[in-house]
Amino acid sequence: MRSEYEQQIDAAELPVKTKEQLKKYLSEKEVTSDQFESILNRVVSEYQNTRIEACEAVGIIAAQSIGEPGTQMTMRTFHYAGVAEINVTLGLPRLIEIMDARKEPSTPTMTIYLEPEYAGDRDRAREVSWQIEAAPLHEFGDITIDMENMQIVVHLNTAVCEKRKIQPAAILEIASRKIRERRHYRDFEFETDEKSAAIIFTPKNRESYQNLFQLAEHVRNVIVQGIDDIERVVVRKESGEYILYTEGSNLKDVFDVEGVDTTRTRTNNISECSHVLGIEAARNAIIYEALSTLSEQGILVDVRHIMLVADMMCMEGEVKQIGRHGIAGEKESVLSRAAFEVTVNHLLDAAVANEVDELSGVTENVIVGQPIQLGTGDVKLIAKPLNLGES
Amino acid sequence: MPSPKRIGKIEFGLLSPKEIRTMSVRKIIWADTYDDDGFPYPQGLMDLHLGVIDPGLRCKTCDQKASECPGHFGHIELAKPVIHVGYTRLIRKLLRSTCRSCSRLLLSPEEIEKVVGTEDELTGDVLSEKDIKKERLCPHCGEQQLKINFEKPTTFSEIIMEEGRKIEHKLTPADIRARLEKIPDEDLRHLGINPDVARPEWTVLTVLPVPPVTMRPSIILENGQRSEDDLTHKLVDIIRINQRFKENQDAGAPQLIIEDLWELLQYHVTTYLDNEVAGCPPARHRSGRPLKTLSQRLKGKDGRFRGSLSGKRVNFSARTVISPDPNLSVIEVGIPLAVANEMSIPVQVTSYNIEELRQMVLNGPSRTALDRPCGANYVIRPDKRRLRLAEGNLETVAEQLEPGWTVERQIRDWDIVLFNRQPSLHRMSIMAHRVRVMDGRTFRLNPAVCPPYNADFDGDEMNLHVPQTEEARAEAAILVAVEENILSPRFGGPIIGGIHDHVSGIFLLTNQTRWFTRSELLYLLKNIDVTSLPEPGLVQGEEQKWSNKQVFSMVLPRELNMVFKASSCQNCDTCKRQLCERDAYVRIIDGNLESGTIDKKAIGAFDGQIVHRIIRQYGMKRAAEFIDDITHLAIRSIMFDGFSFGIDDEDLSRTEYGQIDDVLKTAVLDVQRRIKIYEDGQLEPMPGRTPEETLEMQIMQVLGKARDRTGEIAGRHLGLGNSAVVMAVSGARGSMLNLTQMAGCVGQQSVRGERIMRGYDERTLPHFRKGDRGSDAHGFIQHSYKGGLNPTEFFFHAIGGREGLVDTAVRTSQSGYLQRRMINALQDLKVAYDGSVRTTGGRIIQFRYGEDGTDPMKSSFGDPVDVKGIVESILKEEV
Repeated sequence: MRSEYEQQIDAAELPVKTKEQLKKYLSEKEVTSDQFESILNRVVSEYQNTRIEACEAVGIIAAQSIGEPGTQMTMRTFHYAGVAEINVTLGLPRLIEIMDARKEPSTPTMTIYLEPEYAGDRDRAREVSWQIEAAPLHEFGDITIDMENMQIVVHLNTAVCEKRKIQPAAILEIASRKIRERRHYRDFEFETDEKSAAIIFTPKNRESYQNLFQLAEHVRNVIVQGIDDIERVVVRKESGEYILYTEGSNLKDVFDVEGVDTTRTRTNNISECSHVLGIEAARNAIIYEALSTLSEQGILVDVRHIMLVADMMCMEGEVKQIGRHGIAGEKESVLSRAAFEVTVNHLLDAAVANEVDELSGVTENVIVGQPIQLGTGDVKLIAKPLNLGES
Repeated sequence: MPSPKRIGKIEFGLLSPKEIRTMSVRKIIWADTYDDDGFPYPQGLMDLHLGVIDPGLRCKTCDQKASECPGHFGHIELAKPVIHVGYTRLIRKLLRSTCRSCSRLLLSPEEIEKVVGTEDELTGDVLSEKDIKKERLCPHCGEQQLKINFEKPTTFSEIIMEEGRKIEHKLTPADIRARLEKIPDEDLRHLGINPDVARPEWTVLTVLPVPPVTMRPSIILENGQRSEDDLTHKLVDIIRINQRFKENQDAGAPQLIIEDLWELLQYHVTTYLDNEVAGCPPARHRSGRPLKTLSQRLKGKDGRFRGSLSGKRVNFSARTVISPDPNLSVIEVGIPLAVANEMSIPVQVTSYNIEELRQMVLNGPSRTALDRPCGANYVIRPDKRRLRLAEGNLETVAEQLEPGWTVERQIRDWDIVLFNRQPSLHRMSIMAHRVRVMDGRTFRLNPAVCPPYNADFDGDEMNLHVPQTEEARAEAAILVAVEENILSPRFGGPIIGGIHDHVSGIFLLTNQTRWFTRSELLYLLKNIDVTSLPEPGLVQGEEQKWSNKQVFSMVLPRELNMVFKASSCQNCDTCKRQLCERDAYVRIIDGNLESGTIDKKAIGAFDGQIVHRIIRQYGMKRAAEFIDDITHLAIRSIMFDGFSFGIDDEDLSRTEYGQIDDVLKTAVLDVQRRIKIYEDGQLEPMPGRTPEETLEMQIMQVLGKARDRTGEIAGRHLGLGNSAVVMAVSGARGSMLNLTQMAGCVGQQSVRGERIMRGYDERTLPHFRKGDRGSDAHGFIQHSYKGGLNPTEFFFHAIGGREGLVDTAVRTSQSGYLQRRMINALQDLKVAYDGSVRTTGGRIIQFRYGEDGTDPMKSSFGDPVDVKGIVESILKEEV
């Protein structure tokens, strides 16, 4: 491609993506200057023609564009494409979940990317996964209940500890602390023996076997390695690097793990995103999650619609639900709220607070029977008949 | 026309007793409605001062007839105050946050300042119950506060501690009212109440407004009996108890009786306001049906707000069954004559059209045949009087007609009407079509517009609306017309295009190369407007012949250049381009189809590439014409060869049946082998899965593969000579999977993605042994639909089918609600003139719509410019 073409493309009033496409398609072609000129003219005029028009009711179009294909979506929970081990809510239930701005999705998962030095090597990736996957104590050794002496004896298997890259001493320390702090069980005493890597737990109340078994249950299941919320980690190789998929999500703690690429790692828990990374991240998470839910079902929806929904949800600085407890319930207009849900209460409360409905929205104006302030109803221009005097 | 008056704003507030009395035209004291002669009792519930509903009578307040009188309020003086149920929570809050003796807020000024802020710097917050500590001393008068107990629906009591025992002291509405009266205005403002319009004591009613009779009309049953409205019934109850209460009070009845009556009055007023209050048995009609009182009238889907105010009924509409007519244009709609005769458009009489309209008036209201000109149903005189046209008065009215009158003429061909099918999920569910008056009793439409309406012809009905003003018709023609809605704003691609037989037809026409004689060519082109034939592509002696690609090229615009792959493309590793044996490489140069087959990818709804390109290059109008041509051509070409599908099209030969049997047998044996491995405990579980789950996944996989194999075997036998294959390959309808199930093997039936496991103890049906994990015991159907299912297979098939039905039913309600919520949240957004997105109230949501200001509808599947298409069409080669 001739360099003068390139200059002309750069000078044109076009978005970057369009310019790049132009350069890409023209790069290996023999283009006469006539042809180039007509291409550039067509591109520029098409760009100007595709601008959105003022007064367009973009909100309603966005809602329809996301809502209409909802009827075509499936209801079932499926396995992630490829990752057979991890269940993820998909389809309509997931879309509803996103719009509801739930505190906790029904199947929280994370996609953890690794730093270059870990991403290429399966064993190193596995090492990171040990740091993340919640592992209960019973995976690290034998737990025996000594009924005669009313105690529980844990013998750590040093080989396993070696493999999992954790010091037996650390486990000894963590186990008892975690039973107290995380599992809120305090009625026991313990003794550690670092040499043989063993702990002996004894319940405070030595009268009842029930207590002993209860304690044994806690000892067996106490998480001694990894992050509590993350129940399972699957390591997979995708496009040349190892990626961790998790069941359960804890963005903040995962970021602290050595080897995790914090710039690419993501969770499907939007409210967690909002707390850890801020509202802009939450907005992007909503867009990403909604878009991938829709495209996974083979439904084509323009990003702009989803961006509008996400912007609306995040406008106030925290993620607001689409519905009664969020955007729709906090509208200015009394009539609009009354027409949505819980009609009577909104009216009664409005009376006491002396609310005033300015009749600016759509529903309000439909209710009182006047033109809505959208589209052609928003244009205030009135033509004066020229020959008024003659007739 | 003067612009209509706008309502500027609506203010909400409480009615004070004084206001209720001022607006009342009559004090109501009699519980009866009509006397024996059927005349309303004065000061009864149907008093003529409250408005009239019977025709002929005149309102005693405004002296207007039943149709004009809007009705007037009356009032009932309650013997003792009662609580308004809707405000019990407010009353509880006020009682708990104010002093029981001096009624001031239980907070010192400093404490108030902490929440509300100083006078110059208000935080905008209001006080809530939580800000006040329980059972403290009043900071103003030092009174010890008591705990206020609230019991649903309307009982308040104070807890007094006496000698260590709790004693509940009931507060009467009168006590409560007295306390509320004393709360100073300033304190109320801190609590978020505006005392100018809503003094709290007004929530305890002393006088009850009686709504006008127009709001609660009685209906006269067939036997001449009057049946009163639910509200009237409830008001009768209230007045009756109120009168009895008053009499007892005057007679000095014992306290116990008074209290009982008071409670009864409270009950009736409560249910009058809301008949679904928790802890209160609903008032019932004599028949046992709960009464529909004030709250119930407003609430819910069919309530006043959602049912009557947000959704309005209209005139000038019609509804009937739809049926297809491929000979119509997509922009037309066929309307039965009977409907066309009822629907009208008002036309102002001017000196220019008076003769034409006079003729219409003379034609009268009954158009008898399609070729007759349209008539008129009504004329409207300048004094707004409507005259109905009938056989008798046509001549006289026609003569009187003069400028200034309006004639309501019947609709005729090429009028613009709105056409709609519910559920109206997107804006393409309402589009404007041109009228074509037709015989028959159904609305007719071109099947190509079915996708946007999501319509089919299994009994669907659709609605039609006739715009009545010039502005409405202009908007319909410019914005709502079908040709303006070919592109979907959802993804920026065409949503109208060929479907079903259009696709099969055009596929059969354009696949490979065929030659047509002149008469055959004319047969194909019969429904298309062509002025000249192209040069014949082949001359064999005397005979001129045209190729199938030439025929198709005749409907293409002259300057079209594009290259793409048809939907029959198999995505080979190296594309053979023009030499593709499936003829799937479509090349259009200068409006000539050089190679390739036209199918769903080219002209289909949702992904018609040619349609999309024509819209971008020539506009939607040309695209609509193209769709018309293509559908007409497709229908002719499918008729040229004929196209049908019958039971014997699923027949395979003996060798294929043998192969299918072999495949299924090996699969079943493989499953048994794997079960054996599992039962021996030798199965290596997949990471994170139990052995059972692993086994199930393996079985599903083996059986799924076996089904696909049978499909391949069947597909090898059935080539493009088979109609089902043509439909599947061209993308017209169905898939190879459907064919597999018909000819090969139906395959595994599943519930929630698993093999069928439910049923009896350890088995699905009594036909199998307990613990049998084999393929046929858990819903694998080895037979084909053609071959027929055995009883157990049939039952499993029904189980699998039921899940699909339940799924659809649940989904429609869920997605409907999601859409309602989204519409409600986003409906006020619009693009401002500066390109930002704002609510109608002026709040900015986005500084630039979609970050680049591109209209998704005008975009090319999301891109602001279809660069590839432009380069392609100018360079005339693939890029």
